[in-house]
Amino acid sequence: MKKLSDSPFRKNQELFLMLAPCLLLVFVFLYIPMGGLIVAFKDFRLSLGILDSPWNGVDTFKKLFSSSDFPLALRNTIIISGLRLTVGFVAPIFFAILLNEVRLKWFGRSVQTLTYLPYLFSWVVLGGIFQMLLAESGPINSLLISLGGQAIPFLTDDVWFVITLVVTAIWQTAGYTAVIYLAALAGIDPGLYEAADIDGAGRFRKIIHVTLPMLRPTIIVLFVLQIGYILNAGFDQIYNLYNPSVYDVADVVDTYVLRRLLTMDFSLATAAGLFKSVVGFMMVMFANKLARRWQGGGSGLW
Amino acid sequence: MKEGIGERIFTLLNTLFLAVFGFLALYPFIYTLSISLSTPGEAYRSGLHLYPREVSFEAYKMIIGNPDMVFGYMNTIFRTVVGTVLTLLMTCLCAYPLSRKYMPYRRGITLFIVFTMLFSGGVVPTYLLIKGVGLLDSRWVYIWPVLITGFNVIIVKSFFEQLPDSYSEAAKIDGAGEFRILFGVYIPLSKPVLATVGLWTAVMHWNMWFDAMIYITDENKQVMQTFLRRIVIDNSVELADKGFVGGGIESLASDTIKAATVIITVLPMLIVYPFAQKYFVKGIQLGGVKE
Repeated sequence: MKKLSDSPFRKNQELFLMLAPCLLLVFVFLYIPMGGLIVAFKDFRLSLGILDSPWNGVDTFKKLFSSSDFPLALRNTIIISGLRLTVGFVAPIFFAILLNEVRLKWFGRSVQTLTYLPYLFSWVVLGGIFQMLLAESGPINSLLISLGGQAIPFLTDDVWFVITLVVTAIWQTAGYTAVIYLAALAGIDPGLYEAADIDGAGRFRKIIHVTLPMLRPTIIVLFVLQIGYILNAGFDQIYNLYNPSVYDVADVVDTYVLRRLLTMDFSLATAAGLFKSVVGFMMVMFANKLARRWQGGGSGLW
Repeated sequence: MKEGIGERIFTLLNTLFLAVFGFLALYPFIYTLSISLSTPGEAYRSGLHLYPREVSFEAYKMIIGNPDMVFGYMNTIFRTVVGTVLTLLMTCLCAYPLSRKYMPYRRGITLFIVFTMLFSGGVVPTYLLIKGVGLLDSRWVYIWPVLITGFNVIIVKSFFEQLPDSYSEAAKIDGAGEFRILFGVYIPLSKPVLATVGLWTAVMHWNMWFDAMIYITDENKQVMQTFLRRIVIDNSVELADKGFVGGGIESLASDTIKAATVIITVLPMLIVYPFAQKYFVKGIQLGGVKE
């Protein structure tokens, strides 16, 4: 007969004791809400609670997709997110390569320190700053006017608002993301550049034939992670910059969910949130498969 | 090494471009600082406001005496300090067992935690849970739900894994239990990684506002970010009623107050950043190691 002291729990009871509070927190605050997603399939009433509210199948989803505002929010999300995923993705790569070409160490480091800074601040802070900077009477517009141009409605015109979102998002994250690429560039064997020198390659040729290929794995990893966020158009940023005049282009899935929560339409809000979570999960899985293929039978992300 | 004319032009343009980019990153903060220190009339002047021509500390005086701001600041400090300390402690307690190769069900438990990085219940079910466990309008809602994140656990776990086994084996021979090994050997050896995780956690706590906005209605429990949001984004009428935005050109005077509130909110981070910068950069590389 097996002795009790041989059981894996008994032998490692200290380890399980360490782990227990953490697992409890993860279970309560992260897994129970996943179970709470059944609200999306119920006609939820606060007075009845989650379990006693009656089931209504996929009615909520039908309502969601036949409404006028959710499909619009979905479209807006994909447009904003798509722009961030393309324009916003290329910018830091470009920036990192330029930084990598700097020969003056202190200069490169200073630029890096400055451009990293905005990443540390919340969009409440940045939203407040940009509302002042981009106001009609703000410094940017007064500069434009003094140069003989016209004031631009950065925050109140539909198209300009989307441009503002993309540009300020790049402004906030390019420095941070560039550091990730620079870390990868620091690992490049100098021998590769020396070999390129011997072959008579100039600076541009070296960027294209040495630097960029060496960045490939990092680019793939970051791209895959980004794809998983396809339905995150940047809630913090939008919520702190938008105003009623741009709701048509600025209402995204996350702002829709929040609005439905505040109006107590719990089932609709949950269904929209579930849709977002499922799409996000599938996109990560799909992107991980892609990464595996691109890296030539490599291991993917995990 | 010979440098062609093309390369020289490239170097020149590159330096110029990066200098402009560095300035653009900093300018919004310079502008805000300058406005916060301006007299209302000076703030109204059109221009780039690289520095205030007429200096005034009025805006700061008005804000620093405001009780809502004081409560906000205290609550933000509370969540940042307590949240960071508890996160570090619990993350170590969680990462250590998962880094032991002899830990039963190690892969399954790790997957249980990693899965929460890929899928979540979302805003509404989380709200209902918080309501259900009675954390609405409690300061602890700032702490418990965000205490453990998969990302932190994975980073610390990978760091523990690459420490040589000989350390823990030697300690075991000396009769140390797992707790002694973790607190006496592993944690002291992991200071750089813990500094990084701690800094990011502190930044996250300092910046969080969404949880305060949806879970907290009691004014005395709000955080600095929600106070700031009310002043700069909602441009609250109540504050004007309280005589907050007083005197002369009202809406314009409020610009100096908005700016001063922004500066007060970011000041601690601006002070810490130059010293902590290497850990922020290192954190990115640690994240990279994981992939």
